[in-house]
Formats: sequence, structure tokens, C-alpha cells
Amino acid sequence: MLRFYIKGLFRDRSRSLMPILVVAIGVTLVVLMQCWVTGVLGDMIVFNAKFATGHVKVMSKAYNDNIDQQPNDLALLGTEQILQNLSADYPGMEWVERINFGGLVDAPDENGETRAQGPGGGMAVDLLSPGSKEAERLNLEKSLVRGRMVQTPEEILLSDEFATKLEIEPGDPVTLITTTMYGAMSITNFIVCGTVKFGATALDRGGMVADINSVRMALDMQDATGEILGYLPEWEYDELQADAVAGSFNEKYSNEDEFSPVMLTLREQGTMTMYLDMVDYFKSIIIGIFMVAMAIVLWNSGLLGGLRRYGEMGLRIAIGEEKRHIYRSLIIESIFIGFAGSIVGTAFGLFFASLLTKGIDIGGMMQGSNMMMQGVMKARITPDAYYIGFIPGIFATALGTALAGIGIFKRKTAQLFKELQA
Amino acid sequence: MKNGSIITIESLIKSFPIGGGEFTALNGISLNFEKGEFSGIVGPSGSGKTTLLNILGSLDSPTKGQTIVLGTASDQMSPRVAAMLRKKHIGFIFQTYNLMPVYTVFENVEFPLLLLKTPAAERKKAVLEALEWVGLTDKIKSKPPQLSGGESQRVAIARAMVKKPDLVLADEPTANLDAENSHHILQTMEKLNKELQTTFVFATHDEKVIGYLRRIIRLEDGKVVSDENIKK
Ligand SMILES: Nc1ncnc2c1ncn2[C@@H]1O[C@H](COP(=O)(O)OP(=O)(O)OP(=O)(O)O)[C@@H](O)[C@H]1O
Ligand SMILES: [Mg+2]
Repeated sequence: MLRFYIKGLFRDRSRSLMPILVVAIGVTLVVLMQCWVTGVLGDMIVFNAKFATGHVKVMSKAYNDNIDQQPNDLALLGTEQILQNLSADYPGMEWVERINFGGLVDAPDENGETRAQGPGGGMAVDLLSPGSKEAERLNLEKSLVRGRMVQTPEEILLSDEFATKLEIEPGDPVTLITTTMYGAMSITNFIVCGTVKFGATALDRGGMVADINSVRMALDMQDATGEILGYLPEWEYDELQADAVAGSFNEKYSNEDEFSPVMLTLREQGTMTMYLDMVDYFKSIIIGIFMVAMAIVLWNSGLLGGLRRYGEMGLRIAIGEEKRHIYRSLIIESIFIGFAGSIVGTAFGLFFASLLTKGIDIGGMMQGSNMMMQGVMKARITPDAYYIGFIPGIFATALGTALAGIGIFKRKTAQLFKELQA
Repeated sequence: MKNGSIITIESLIKSFPIGGGEFTALNGISLNFEKGEFSGIVGPSGSGKTTLLNILGSLDSPTKGQTIVLGTASDQMSPRVAAMLRKKHIGFIFQTYNLMPVYTVFENVEFPLLLLKTPAAERKKAVLEALEWVGLTDKIKSKPPQLSGGESQRVAIARAMVKKPDLVLADEPTANLDAENSHHILQTMEKLNKELQTTFVFATHDEKVIGYLRRIIRLEDGKVVSDENIKK
């Protein structure tokens, strides 16, 4: 019986081709947008995790409360002990210290007089310890525009944009004027060894990277650090794992004291909550919108198809098929349509998404943005993309047909029968 | 119910709501049909022929009065029971042939048996037999749009007959056919009536059909004005 209906369905192009096309188009867009949102927001999360948040981050409570001001005066103390504890408690995770600092970068001329000056934001990371993965994590080597990597404690990398603005070449000396952890003025000389392009506008505008030990010296932060970032053994951010780690750490080490350490997961930090929620919301909203839109289109075309098929319906009733049975067969037909359309749409969606995995450069649009976001937006194909289109595809056809079919279902048998004889 | 009677109608009234009031299409009809009859309801347009046929076929129910169709009384006739009755025991033939255009002749005739869940081998045998009755074995694979009017109506007859129903209801089956084709399908139905003892009830005002009938029930304004048996 089912075969009989499906046979008829695929022979009648107007009943199969048009709805399949509608579903395919909708599903293509759903899959494409899914890949796009996953790619863009996913990259943003990965990027933020590497540069700013880690998968988890340990700070002093007070530092966390004032994090926008880079409050190194509220830095975490006794970091050596804390690091030891972290390594012992969470083997397999990687823990790295970071200090974010701000200051004035001064480029002197041959006589030592100020030639150019500008405010910059710096990141102090472990660049020189053997085995440190920080340079790799921040993709520094590949980001080099001019010069070379930091090789001695006296060297510093400037963002290429910043260096260009100050007319600084690799090999030039610069002076960093900032304040120590205790509020005293600090003046430190560095040699610019190279310039980098981070690919994030916020960092490219006035960023610099130096080795953490020299910055620690400059800021008088012995056995102290702004932040300790923790990375899970896997590349991806795993919310459950991060929650578990942060929960147990805070239980054990965090207390009322405002200088006691506190661990936050990536999601708990600043705007990341929003990004992560956005990924989930976007998916359901996209699916929802397309499902409703497609259902409406299919409902209408279903109505038209239904009118055309009153003859068939009346006949089937006369031959003794129950209305319920007819209604059910219409829904089953629609599921086939939805399935076929979803397959086609998913194939097209994945194809277009794969074209977008190379990325679109939106660097120009990001001028003036403070978002920690890469200038290249890429689609990303995850396993979700292979099935997600089937949800709106099949539901929309079933829903559209269910609505259209109510007309047939509600009509009195005799009336339907009359129409068939007209 | 008399012995061998297939349909009994007593004091049947059928009215339709129109505007604020009611229109009485059938007004106090009592009839009895027996197994093997070849009878017709004859009357001018609007006299209520189709309305009566629909009630006989349990597609519609009486407003007042009682019907017993193939042993089931109208007051026990749920939509479900009615559908079952039609599925198993009643065949319909229409003025417009109502074949399903995307299916072949074979598949159109097969459809009632699919609903009855007849096994495939048995189905095939029955369909071929039915197509043989109507002389269309050479058109098995054709689709309805490729058939002439006469051929289409013969397919419809095969579809109505394939399950060997007790009762066949034919509403103006010749209205769209020329004389030659009309006689052809009427002869076919007459033959099937004799061979299979199937009861036929027509609704018609076509003289050609009337010529074949063995019982003529005349209807006017929803009332039976005469009911005569013709000796052949
Ligand atoms: N659903 C309905 N609602 C209102 N009036 C109806 C309905 N069905 C039938 N009628 C009326 O009942 C009367 C009988 O209709 P019916 O179709 O039975 O006539 P008929 O004898 O078959 O005519 P024809 O020879 O033209 O087919 C007509 O006047 C028709 O308008
Ligand atoms: Mg009529």
C-alpha cells in the first residue's frame, strides 16, 4: 500500500518536485547557516580561549572584579604554589601564567630623545622556557610580518600596525613606561625583534608581546601573576569538564578573602557567555524560522495540491478507505518528500559551506571594534551539519501537509464525494 | 427484511440545510432491493437520484427513516463501519470515470484490493480476470490519459467489480459515452450481473440504460411515483 502511494507520489511531479524543491532550498540555507554560525562563533571561542580566557582561568577575586582595568595591583600572589597545586590536582591539563599590562611605548631617536610615542596593551607570556607552547598557541611565528621571534628577555614583539604608526623597525629600541604592581613608575628598555599581525583588530591596534619573566621584573611581580590560564587536554572547549575543574578548584582554594584565587570557566568570563549562548540560540532560531516558513509555503502548495486531488480523495473514500487512513497516507507521503528534500538540501548546504570554509575577510569591517575576533570568518562543517537540516525539512513538510489535510479531513464525506462528481 | 434482500429502506427522508431553512431532497421513500437485481432509479434532473444512491452506498445518512444496507442498519452506521462496508461489499461507477491519472490501468483496478490487503498473487489474478471481463487485457500498462472515454469507463467497471462486491451503484455511467460505447458497457454489466449475481442499481435518465433495466423505479421531486418490474 505504502509503495503504491509513493509510486504515485513520484510519478506526479507537481506533488513531488515542487515540494522537494522548497524543502531543498530551505534545508540548504539551514545547513549553510549552521556551518557558518558554528564556524564563526566557534573560531571566536577558540581564539578567545587562546588569547584571553583559557578554557578556565585563575585570578584573584579582586582582579576578576576589576578585570577591565588590567588591575595588576590586585594580582594573584604565590603563584608558584598555586601552579604546583594545579598541576598536582589536574594532571593532563596545561597551566600558563599571563600578565596583561598597559603602558606608553616610547620610540627614542639616536640621542635618546622621544621621537614617537603611543599607548599600547601588552601580553606577557612564557616565550623562553624550553617546552613552552605559548608562542605556538598564539600562532606568533605564523603571524610575523617583519623580523623574528623573541629570543632573549630584552626583546619584544609589536603589532605591525602599532610599529608602523611609531615608525619602528625590527632592531629599534623602545621604552615601556608603566607602573609596577605596587604603583611605582616603571621604565624598561626593550629591543623590537619583530612585528606581528594577530588577525584581531583589538590586538592589532596597539598590541605587544613580551616574555613573562622580563615583564614580571619590570612590573615588580615576583611570584605573582595577573592570570593563570588552564587548557584542557583536548583542543576543544568542553563545558562539562571545565565546570568540573572550576567547581572543585573553587571548593578547595577559594574563600572569602578578596585575594584568594578563583577559577572561572570560559563561559563564565565576560562576553563569552553571550557568544556561547548565541551559538545555541542561533541554531534553534534558524531552524525554527525555516521550519515555520517552509511549513507555510508547503501548507499553501499542499492546499493547492489537495484541491487538485479532491477527485482522488473522494474516490478513495467511495472505494472504502477511511478518512483517517487517507490523512495518514498524506502525512507519510509528506515525510518522504521532506526526507528527499532534506537529502538534496543537505548536500547543497554542505557544498556551499565547504566553499566558505576558506573564509571571508571582514577585517575592514572590524575597524574600531574591541571584540576579540578574527578578521577572517569561516564556515565550519561539524557532524551536526549532516543531520540538522532534516529536522526542519521533515517537520515542515509534515506540518504543512497536516494543516492542508485538515480541510479534507473536516469535510463531510458526502460533500467531498459531491465535489468529486462535479 | 425479506429473504435475499440486500437493501431495505423505510420512510426515508433526506433534507439539506439551505439558507435559513431546509430542502427536502427525498421525501418518504420505502424500497426493497434483492440480490441479483438489475434495477434503475430514473427521473428528471434534481429529482433526488444521486442523493438516494449515496444513501444506498452509505456515503450519506438519512435525516429520518431507516435503511438497512447489506445487513447494517443506518442507526448503527458509524463512518468506520460505512467505510468497511464500502470497502468489502460495494462498488461505485461514476459519470466521470475518476481514474487516478498517475497509475496504470492495472494499478487503478488493483487499488481496491490493496485496501483489502489481498495477497499479491491473488491480487494479480483478480485484476487480470476483471480486465478480461471488460475486454481490456491489452491496455494493462496504459495510463488513463491515454484511454478513450469508453475504455476509461470499462476500467472503472473493472475497478468496481474486481473485489466481486454484492452491490454495484452506477450514477449516470453512460452520460459521457456515445451510443456504441454505452451499449458495450451496459452489455458488460448485464453479463457480470448474470454471471456473478451482483446487484446493480443505476441512477439515470438515459433511455439506452433504461432499455436494459429489469426494474425501473421512477422518482419525481423526491418521491417514488412508480416501481415496475420488466419481464425480459
Ligand atoms: N448537499 C446538498 N445541499 C443542498 N442541496 C442539495 C445537496 N445535495 C443535493 N441537493 C439538492 O437535492 C436535490 C436532488 O439532488 P440530486 O443530486 O440527488 O439530483 P439528481 O436526481 O441526481 O439530479 P441529476 O440528474 O441532475 O444528477 C437537488 O435539488 C439538489 O439541489
Ligand atoms: Mg445526479
